Amino acid sequence: MKSSRRRFLKLAGIAALGLGSRPVVDAAYAAVGGQAAPEPKVGRQPEALTAKQWAMVIDTRRFESAADMEPLIEACHSIHNVPHFENKRHEIKWIWETEYKHAFPGKENDFLPWEVKERPYLVLCNHCENPPCVRACPTKATFKNENGIVVMDFHRCIGCRFCMAACPFGSRSFNFRDPRPFVAETNKKFPTRMKGVVEKCNFCAERLAEGKMPACVEASDGALVFGDLYDPQSKVRQVLNDNYTIRRKQELGTSPAVYYIV
Amino acid sequence: MLEFAVKGSKRYWGLVLALAAIAGVGVLTWLYQLSFGLGITGMSRDVSWGFYIAQFTFLVGVAAGGVMVVLPYYLHDYKAFGRITILGEFLAIAAVVMCLLFILVDLGQPMRMLNVLFYPTPNSVLFWDMIVLNGYLFLNVVIGWNVLQAERHGTHYPMWVKPLIYVSIPWAVSIHTVTAYLYCGLPGRHFWLTAILAPRFLASAFAAGPALLILLCMVIRKFTKFDPGWEQIQSLAKIVTYAIILNVFFFLCEVFVAFYSNIPYHMDSITYLFAGLHGYDAYVPWMWTSIIMMVLGIILLVPPVTRRNPMTLAAACLLVFFGAWIDKGMGMIAGGFTPNPLHEISEYIPTAPEVMIALGVWAAGFLVLTVLFKIAVSIKEEVRA
Repeated sequence: MKSSRRRFLKLAGIAALGLGSRPVVDAAYAAVGGQAAPEPKVGRQPEALTAKQWAMVIDTRRFESAADMEPLIEACHSIHNVPHFENKRHEIKWIWETEYKHAFPGKENDFLPWEVKERPYLVLCNHCENPPCVRACPTKATFKNENGIVVMDFHRCIGCRFCMAACPFGSRSFNFRDPRPFVAETNKKFPTRMKGVVEKCNFCAERLAEGKMPACVEASDGALVFGDLYDPQSKVRQVLNDNYTIRRKQELGTSPAVYYIV
Repeated sequence: MLEFAVKGSKRYWGLVLALAAIAGVGVLTWLYQLSFGLGITGMSRDVSWGFYIAQFTFLVGVAAGGVMVVLPYYLHDYKAFGRITILGEFLAIAAVVMCLLFILVDLGQPMRMLNVLFYPTPNSVLFWDMIVLNGYLFLNVVIGWNVLQAERHGTHYPMWVKPLIYVSIPWAVSIHTVTAYLYCGLPGRHFWLTAILAPRFLASAFAAGPALLILLCMVIRKFTKFDPGWEQIQSLAKIVTYAIILNVFFFLCEVFVAFYSNIPYHMDSITYLFAGLHGYDAYVPWMWTSIIMMVLGIILLVPPVTRRNPMTLAAACLLVFFGAWIDKGMGMIAGGFTPNPLHEISEYIPTAPEVMIALGVWAAGFLVLTVLFKIAVSIKEEVRA
């Protein structure tokens, strides 16, 4: 008993010494020419862009072929470390192009204008105002942030995939295997994911926080308009005011925040 | 009472070892899945739940089915079932254990499982499913153990057990209702988006659970000195008869609504499962087999002459059990995901490692069942000796 108490005190003493020596070690490190890491910025920065509900309008008339969309998709997938898998079952996509009948099932008919039917359509997470995925998640790993974006905490996700069943737009992907070897070039400013978690488009929440527009919007040359749905002065509201728009499966009541000019 | 689990014949130990071996191979395969990820399964971006969750859904039904012996005995004072309530409760325990294991093997990050408790989220049906399943397991363990112990000592079980027994009856209904709510509350999944899903789940549960119990009673009759009783088996057979007829009836209601209304999204999954869609038809032979098995089961169960014949009754129970298993354990989940929300088709076929892990979980469940039934039967033999 006595000897074990002494052992404990010894260990505690060594531990305290270790903790106390941190500034000394840091100073020594700086003195030998090492650079102390810059203080990370936490909390909302003054340059951050904010909104009550971020929304997007996609002018589909501006895209004639899949090649027109490639730069947008590439911009998104490269900065977000989205892996590329040959096996279709393991596929991960945040934003992709599809046909009219897949983007708007139930809205197709045989006599649509040829260019409407043949044109490619961009699809991504709709950042619904009333998202069923957020309702389904059992750990709050998926939640709606203060700007109306449906975001994910990749570190809390348990990989139950209830959100994937709940999403009526097929916007979510699951890491069926370790994605890191399949990321061509890792962007160190955005986290890579591990196997067993779900991921999806985050409306570039990390870029908005730095005062930048989403990557796809930036690469779209004006074909994608982004703004606050509840700010009557926003660009999004102007475009919505001037054009007839539709949304994917709006009859389900999820209130998608991505609008399409067809 | 646990001593009965470690004293047994060669046959008992042979069964235990065989099941443990299969479960062991399942564990090894699961370790492989843990290291590679769920990519070793046939699941995909489009069909994101597969064989595991389907087995889970089916087994919640088997667990709930145990209430079909508890309810008549405790609420209607149907004395004959007093002899086999313990078998119903122990079957429920084994089934819930399998359910929990199937959830575990389906998780992408099982080490984070406790996040469901650290960040409780009442708006998620999965949160409630966790509560009702674990609660049902707890209730059946406590009730089963105490009642069996009292029987062994020739006493009445403690009075505090009674309220738990009453609670366990609606609780059994709740586990399958909540499990149905996992699916039927999701917008855009039209195959599941139906108010009759929970009743349909319960009907198939009250058919498949008691059908398995009849088969197990027959095995016990043949191989041990404890006779669960012919009257008991016959009463269970009537329950199976009504329940399987209701199950087929509910399914036909679905078919009518989908095809008379002629709404494409209500028809698509049913068409996919029973006729194939856009050239994808892997499930067609299975689904028709399921229907034929359930109908044959009904044909054998309704006439008293075949219901009272042990051979035809056993055949009917096998048909009902496997018919319901195909319906829920294969078609229900894959069908709900096909076609996907963009109306594309990715056909889901389980892979060999996936089936091996599932077999391992089934073996683990039957191992629990074997040990529990051994204890129960040994005590019954001891009391009757």
